[in-house]
Amino acid sequence: MAVAGESPARPSRVVSLNLCTDQLAMMLADEGQLLSVSDLAYDPRSSAMVEEAKGYRKNHGLAEEIYLLDPDLVLAGRFTTRATVSMLQRLGIAVITLDPAYSLDDVRARIAEMGEALQQQDRAAGMLRDFDAQLAQLQAEVSRRPRTALYYANGYTTGDRTLAGQILLAAGLSNVAAEAGIGAGGTMPLEVLAMIAPELLVTSTPYPGESRSEDILEHPVVETLRRTLPGAGFTDRDWICGTPYVLRAIENMAELRRQTEQGEN
Amino acid sequence: MRAGPLFTGLILTLLALFTASLLIGPAQIGPLESLRALLAGDGGPLTLVMREIRLPRAVLAVMVGGSLGLAGAAMQGYLRNPLADPGLIGVSGSAALGAVLAIQTGFAAGFALGLPLAALAGALAGVFVVLALAGPRGTSLTLILAGIAISSLTAALISLVLNLSPNPFAANEIVFWMMGSLADRSMTHVWIALPFIALGAVLLASLARGLDALTLGEDAASAMGIRLPRLRLVLVIGTACVIGASTAVAGSIGFVGLVVPHILRRWVGARPGRLLGASALGGAAMVLAADIAVRVVVPSKDLKLGVLTALVGAPLFLHMIYRTRREGL
Repeated sequence: MAVAGESPARPSRVVSLNLCTDQLAMMLADEGQLLSVSDLAYDPRSSAMVEEAKGYRKNHGLAEEIYLLDPDLVLAGRFTTRATVSMLQRLGIAVITLDPAYSLDDVRARIAEMGEALQQQDRAAGMLRDFDAQLAQLQAEVSRRPRTALYYANGYTTGDRTLAGQILLAAGLSNVAAEAGIGAGGTMPLEVLAMIAPELLVTSTPYPGESRSEDILEHPVVETLRRTLPGAGFTDRDWICGTPYVLRAIENMAELRRQTEQGEN
Repeated sequence: MRAGPLFTGLILTLLALFTASLLIGPAQIGPLESLRALLAGDGGPLTLVMREIRLPRAVLAVMVGGSLGLAGAAMQGYLRNPLADPGLIGVSGSAALGAVLAIQTGFAAGFALGLPLAALAGALAGVFVVLALAGPRGTSLTLILAGIAISSLTAALISLVLNLSPNPFAANEIVFWMMGSLADRSMTHVWIALPFIALGAVLLASLARGLDALTLGEDAASAMGIRLPRLRLVLVIGTACVIGASTAVAGSIGFVGLVVPHILRRWVGARPGRLLGASALGGAAMVLAADIAVRVVVPSKDLKLGVLTALVGAPLFLHMIYRTRREGL
């Protein structure tokens, strides 16, 4: 977190510029404390909180529109709208940037940081207690971790050092990206995917409108794997941000693992 | 000059490159093992890799390369101008625009041949405009200027359509349509392109005698019984078929139709008719070689084929422009 916590005054006009800070802020802010969230928060493919977002004003991350909202705190992601963020800082507006979450510990840290930023520490603490309790329930002891492949547009996959990888691990699955030497994220050619022969295949949900990048998810090789493997699933909006919604993603994956195991018996 | 040894050499090169293309890939598999899996087919992952990934890729390289070489040789023969390459004169670009429109409007998803048909329509429009602008004996200048205008316009429209797409990945695919790639294609692409490429190849091959006669001038050709309007029509339709179908599945790959006829011309005694077949074989070999190179040079990235062909072709193109200027055209 990039602010000195000297002033305990609760910010009252908060604007969020990033899909992930949008969602955490909506969960933790008081009525009327949060003014505006980013346009991505309204996209049902990316945002798990489209309904909630309708109560806020939409912004597009442009410095001009943010300045006119006269915020006393701006929340941003580390890698988004950097030009806007630096301009707002030059204009003397307080900006707090949050890092993306790469692990479940990161998710906990982001919730706590958001609580600090909005001066809603009690709510954040409550959310963390719920998070820990639910996570403990989901993390069952598994005797065997089915080898799972995450596969996205353009043949991209993510390894253990990412949030998606951690979701798999928490659900009792193992990630074949490690076998292909991919720790964070990288391209796994179709050939390698076929030869690695995973037990479960989890692909991204295609966006509307055709694209050649997503054609790979309907390539005969991927189709064959989907048909012949014991289990296949999809990633969705719950996988994108470090919020308590990752628990829902873990639950879905754990369910997929149980189905697979039942199929084997 | 005898053409027999030339064709034998080209066919042997093509076979060697085709085999190499089947054996090279990111999954490290022994050559004998791969070929056995390809031919025998045990239903395992290796067969899947060989039959659904590497075989279509190699077959498409031959089809697309053959199309580009053949179309380049045919257009150069008709226009009697060595600078006529389907990529340079905007035919590939207009085919790509047709394909992009078909994909984004859902026409391509509607029925199986929608994509190649739309690309064919685009290519047809492109060839027609170029020939209309360049005239029956287009000078190099009007031909290249018409090509630049059409290429810029189609590139702008492709960018516009892909930027308007609701799909966040679509805008990144502008590069594919401009530079071409054979990565992650499947047998489906082979089957949708094959009928059009076969038809176009037959049409263009039928021009051999007419193009030979045309080297003596239009009057002499007419006197020999060549009907020029018909020859022109067959050329337009044949070119649109092969370039449309190739671009629909592989994007636009430039300079193949320029480089290959240029290299092979002196081996066929400068006879455009014989150059057609030689250029088809040579184009197939060049695209196979380029497609092997993109997999060997940067295996982890999808380097576009057009990057390699342009690195070879653009300097040659500059050289040819320089020579054309010196000859005072």
